[in-house]
Amino acid sequence: MSHSDSHAFEHGHGDSHAAGHGDVKSYVIGFVLSVILTVIPFWAVMDGGLSKGATFATIVVMAIVQIWVHLKYFLHLNFVTEDGKASSWSFIFSALIIVMVVGLSVWIIYESNAMMMY
Amino acid sequence: MSTIPASLKPGSHAADHGHDEHHHEGHQLFGFWVYLMTDCLLFASFFATYAVLFMNTAGGVSGKDIFELDFVAVETAALLLSSITFGFAMIAAHAQKKGATLAWLLVTFAFGAVFIGMEIYEFHHLIVHGNGPQTSAFLTAFFSLVGLHGCHVTAGLIWMAVMMIDVAKNGLRPRTVTRLGCLSLFWHFLDIVWICVFTVVYLMGAM
Repeated sequence: MSHSDSHAFEHGHGDSHAAGHGDVKSYVIGFVLSVILTVIPFWAVMDGGLSKGATFATIVVMAIVQIWVHLKYFLHLNFVTEDGKASSWSFIFSALIIVMVVGLSVWIIYESNAMMMY
Repeated sequence: MSTIPASLKPGSHAADHGHDEHHHEGHQLFGFWVYLMTDCLLFASFFATYAVLFMNTAGGVSGKDIFELDFVAVETAALLLSSITFGFAMIAAHAQKKGATLAWLLVTFAFGAVFIGMEIYEFHHLIVHGNGPQTSAFLTAFFSLVGLHGCHVTAGLIWMAVMMIDVAKNGLRPRTVTRLGCLSLFWHFLDIVWICVFTVVYLMGAM
């Protein structure tokens, strides 16, 4: 019996199996969204038509949305299956730590820089 | 309590014996995911370093002078294409299609190799023009951050080559599919890191 057969009739597991690995459709949706979310920020910077603030906001928002798209459609993070929940919560915890490490480092150094120079 | 997966609770194995293989796979993938989260922290510290140092160009070039966005766009396209082809490889692997798995892995490997080739070309180009990592704090941070990502992708390519040999020789055993699953997490994770790299380093640098 092949791997996929063995899960097909175990209903509860069959569901988590699909959610855990994704299908062609989810990869194609993720890919198309990623292309759009990559083209927009590159265009915004290369075209230079927008103001500096608007360009900055555009590329940051597009990056965050694209990270979400990758997590959902390529890495299959979810809050449906048990394994998905464990992975999702560990990611959210890491994201919190990262925001603190990067955000606070940048804040501290920029403030000290500003106090030293001006 | 509801956030703890059943597969992580001790004793759940006895309850449903038939799912051992699947739970084992779940454990390994989750363990590898936790490793990736720690790798995230490594990248985060490199990003923090870059964010702090990128203005310290020591009178040398800044990001605006050296970044070529159309070049970076092609690199990004290569990595994004390799992500979706790896997805197709995983679908083929779960369907026990050996030939298709190998073919998609080969395509993924080719895109990854294009990405690394372009990055080496970029680094070489910078160094021969006197903009090596020793020139300024900005360039040190740039080479460290982008180089760290490049090292990860190179490690992923070596891993992928080993997996292709394994699949070709031994077929798609459950353990092999689990290992491919870990590699797919690694590969997609690196694509996410690249989103941060092209946004923070290249796009913000060239703005």
